[in-house]
Order: sequence, then C-alpha cells, then structure tokens
Amino acid sequence: MTNAVLISGASPVPSTGKRRRPHEEVASWFLVAPAASLILLLLILPLAAVLGLSFTDYQLGARAWSYVGAANYAALANDPVFWRSVGNTATYAVFVVLGSTGLGLGVALMLGRSSLLTQVWRTVFFLPVMGSLIAMAIVWEFMLHPTFGLINAALGLVGFAPVNWLQNGDTALGVLAVIGIWQQFGFNMVLFLAGLSGIPQSLHDAAEMDGAALAWDRFQLVTWPLLAPVTLFVVVISTIRSFQVFDTVHALTKGGPNKATEVLLYTMYAEGFEFFRTGYAAAIAVVFVMAMLLLTLAKVFIAEKRIHSQ
Amino acid sequence: MTARHSKRRRSVLGPVLRHATLLVLAALTLLPFLWMVSTSLKGPDEILVADIHWWPRNFSAAENYGAAFRMAPLGRYLLNGALVTATILVLQLVVALPAAFALAKSEFRGRKALFAIVLFGLLVPYHVIAVPLFVSLHAAGLLNTYAALVTPFSISVFGIFLMRQFFLSVPSDLVDAARMDGMSEFAIVWRVMAPAALPAISSFAVFSVVAHWNDYFWPLIAVSSDALFTPPLGVVAFRNDDAGTHYGPLMAAATIIVLPLVAAFLLAQRRFIEGIAFTGIK
Repeated sequence: MTNAVLISGASPVPSTGKRRRPHEEVASWFLVAPAASLILLLLILPLAAVLGLSFTDYQLGARAWSYVGAANYAALANDPVFWRSVGNTATYAVFVVLGSTGLGLGVALMLGRSSLLTQVWRTVFFLPVMGSLIAMAIVWEFMLHPTFGLINAALGLVGFAPVNWLQNGDTALGVLAVIGIWQQFGFNMVLFLAGLSGIPQSLHDAAEMDGAALAWDRFQLVTWPLLAPVTLFVVVISTIRSFQVFDTVHALTKGGPNKATEVLLYTMYAEGFEFFRTGYAAAIAVVFVMAMLLLTLAKVFIAEKRIHSQ
Repeated sequence: MTARHSKRRRSVLGPVLRHATLLVLAALTLLPFLWMVSTSLKGPDEILVADIHWWPRNFSAAENYGAAFRMAPLGRYLLNGALVTATILVLQLVVALPAAFALAKSEFRGRKALFAIVLFGLLVPYHVIAVPLFVSLHAAGLLNTYAALVTPFSISVFGIFLMRQFFLSVPSDLVDAARMDGMSEFAIVWRVMAPAALPAISSFAVFSVVAHWNDYFWPLIAVSSDALFTPPLGVVAFRNDDAGTHYGPLMAAATIIVLPLVAAFLLAQRRFIEGIAFTGIK
C-alpha cells in the first residue's frame, strides 16, 4: 500500500484512480451485475420473504393463506417449547463458549514457542475442526452407547454405573456441549496462537526484570491484558457458532428426551420442514436472525477496534 | 509452585508437566478418531462387548470396509460431495472475483450501496432464509436436484468481502498500467488480479470446501433421494438404515467420509490452519 502511494506520488503521470470515466462505469456494472443479481435473488428477497411469511399462516403446500398480523409472534411468546428451546440454546452456548475458549487459550499458552513437537500438538488439536461433525457425532453416539460404549466401559473400570447419556434428560444437553467443545476448541486455539504471536517477548522479559518471576504473574501482567481483544473476539465467534448448533441435535437426540435438547435451529427446522408450519418457522427465523445480528454487530465492532488498535 | 524450588528445577519440571498435560489432552482429542478406526477393524463379536481393547483380535478390515461399500453407495456419496463442493467453489469465485475487483479498484455509481449490502449479508446465517429458499425451489420444481444443493451458495458475500480486502492491497498502478495497455476490465480481473490473489483465493477455497463438504443442514432440506446424498447425509442414512448392530461397517463408513478432508489437512496443514484462521472473521 505505502509503496504504491510513493510510486504514484513520484510518477509524472497523475493517477486516474479516483476520476469517474464512463467506460469504466459501464464495465464495472458488468463486473458486479452477476453478484448483485444473485445477492438480490438469494439473500435480500428471501430475507424479505421470511419477514413477510412470519405475518401469515402459510403452510407448505396449502392453497390458501392469510395475513395474521403478529399472531405467530404471540403464539411463540406463549409456546413453552420455544422458551425451552431458547433456554437450552443459551445453556448450551454458555458451556461451549466457556469450555472452548478456556481450553483454546490454555492449550495455546501451553504450546508456547514453536518447535516440531508444538506443530504436532497443534495438528492434533485442530483435527476435530476438519473432521465432518456429523460423521464424528455418530462415532460419539457409539462411544456413548449405554451397553457397548467406550465411555461407560471406562467408567465401569473405576466403579461407576452405566449411564444412558443421550436418553437421559439430565445428561443429554451436557453431552452435546462436550461434543461442541471438543469440535471447536482447536479453532479458538489457532486464533489465540495468532494473538499470542503478536505479543513481543521483550514485554515478558521486561516484566520478569520488574519482578514478575512466576509465569502466572507475567500472564496477568502482560499476556492477559494484551490478549483481551482477541479473547473478546473468540468469545463472540464461539457464541455465534454455538447458537447455530443443529447437526449433533438432529443426528443424536432429535431435541429429546422430552425437549431436553430442543435448540432454536432445531425447533425452526422441525416447525418448517417436519410440521410444515411455514409461517411459524419464519417467525422463529426472524427472532433467530435478530439474535444473530446483535451478536455479529458486537463482533464487527470488536474486530474494527482490534484492527484500529494494531 | 513454591519459592523453595530453584529456578533450574522449575525449568526442567515446567516443560515436562506442560507436555504431559498436552499429551493427555491430545489423547482425549484423538479418542473418537482412534476408536472409530479401531472399531472399523474389529469383528462383530468383539464390538458388541463391554470391554476395552484397541487392537482387533479378529482383524476384519476387509469385511467391514467391503460391507460399508456394499450396504450403501458410499462412492456415490463421495462423488456427490466432490461435485457439489467443487461446483459451489467455482461459481463463488466466478461471481465474487469480478465484483470484488470493481468494489476495490473502480469508481461507479452504486458502489457504496453494494458494499454496504455485502457487509450486511455477512451478518445473516443462511439457516435463516432456508424456509423461503425451500419454498421457492419447491415452486420451481427444483427440489431434490443437484441445482437445489448448489444454487443457494452460488453467491458468497464473504468471498466478495475477502477478495475485495485483498485487492485493496494490490497497487493501483498495476491496474492503471493494464488499463493503459488497453486490457479490458474483464481481462484485468482474470489475467492480472486473479494470479496476484492466489494466496487469498486458496484461503477462501479452504474455507468454502470445508464448510460445504461438512454441511448437513441445507442438504437435509434440499434433497431426499439417496442418489443425491452428500457424505454427511449418507453417513446418517447409513446409521438409520442399519440401526443398532452393524457398528463395524458403520465406523468404516464414517472413516471413509472423514478421511478426504483430514488427509488433505494433514498434507497441507499450514495452508488449512491459516485459511481457517484468516477466514475466522466469518
């Protein structure tokens, strides 16, 4: 960037970059036309349609439908399943965000300076991010099998009674959260490693000379404050991802037992694509996108701050 | 750690403790992968027992993997996955690169508005518009086709955003020189900018391929016939069809479906980790 500025500043021919030329204008429209039309067709119009549908009683395949005002939203507000779903999604998100951020940071700190062994660890911890979550969910299901599962067999060795993890309302959501943490923490680790590499070693040395002899003291004094923007960023990203939990729920529990793992996207999917209550599903989608917008705006805001502070 | 420990002692103990902790965590992380592969090598009589042994006593790899391919069209699923993922990536690049170039390097009316819409698009997860997409594909009679799997993802606002950011860092003089040489804008995009943007393109490719190879939500909605299943749908169908007992072939099928991306990752780790981390903005 700076190079380009210097060169164009010194060149005898003034840069034409900012002046509008008719030829360039038309050519540009041709360049953006496919993208602009697809954005309109596949993003803007569908979004408007979701909003519109949420005020109707449309059911997929029905011939007639009518405007029902805010009836879908009123029904949502009085629907215990919906509130259960909101509560479960929030609970799941709290566990997965805390777990995957804490573990991601812990591992990143332990990896420390780059060596061959460090790269091996990093590869191992990143592997769950790459493995197809749905295939690995089926492996988890097998490991959690009440009679032949690895987990119960291992717990049996130390004297615990077998648990039917996915069919028990007390454990099912927690088990899904563990799978979520397992899958996500390697991703967070990579973001933390990038953040840590931006902290100069000289700061640690200076802190040590100033009497911060223990690693924990130096962490509190140097690493944690300097890493704060990255941490905030990771927390928001993890929250957004946790809110979108669907695969493991659909494959392993179908929202059960007794709605114990009912989460927002699954409720929307069931209403829209299993019961074909399209209008109702659209109302859930609108609520969901509002939550996402708030979270993502927070993320963009943090990212902006991070970029400007660097 | 107390003050009585000498500095030297801590510097030996520290790394040992550190790597021991990492070893335990790594073992736990790998556990599902290892158990999957181990089970895919075992005979049925040693799977349905409640003891733990890792190495198969009755080595049955050929039986399990053979059965996996016989019981379900796994090859077809993989081929579908490759076809869908590749088509999506190509469409995304063909649509995004010219738009990103115009947004970064040209002046035209509507530029700011378009970029604002792109930024807004970044905020919307596609799950939200699944209902109207489904309804319109249903109306168009396109449900249960390859087109249904690909169409919603032919546009990637994230791709446009990422490429625009990269093009901003390409010197404008390069573009001006090409324009003075009489190159068309189209030629500049594909013969000057695209080659310069290969690192950004490969980062985006990693992001896109990983996301769509593993996507479960949309294919679940868009297709219902076995012949169009992508790998995630295929492995779930396999589990549902043979509920319960055939864990050997099921774990073999899971291994086959997890393998392509994991192998690609192990071969090009740096590229993958950087691609995922830099696109972590999304």
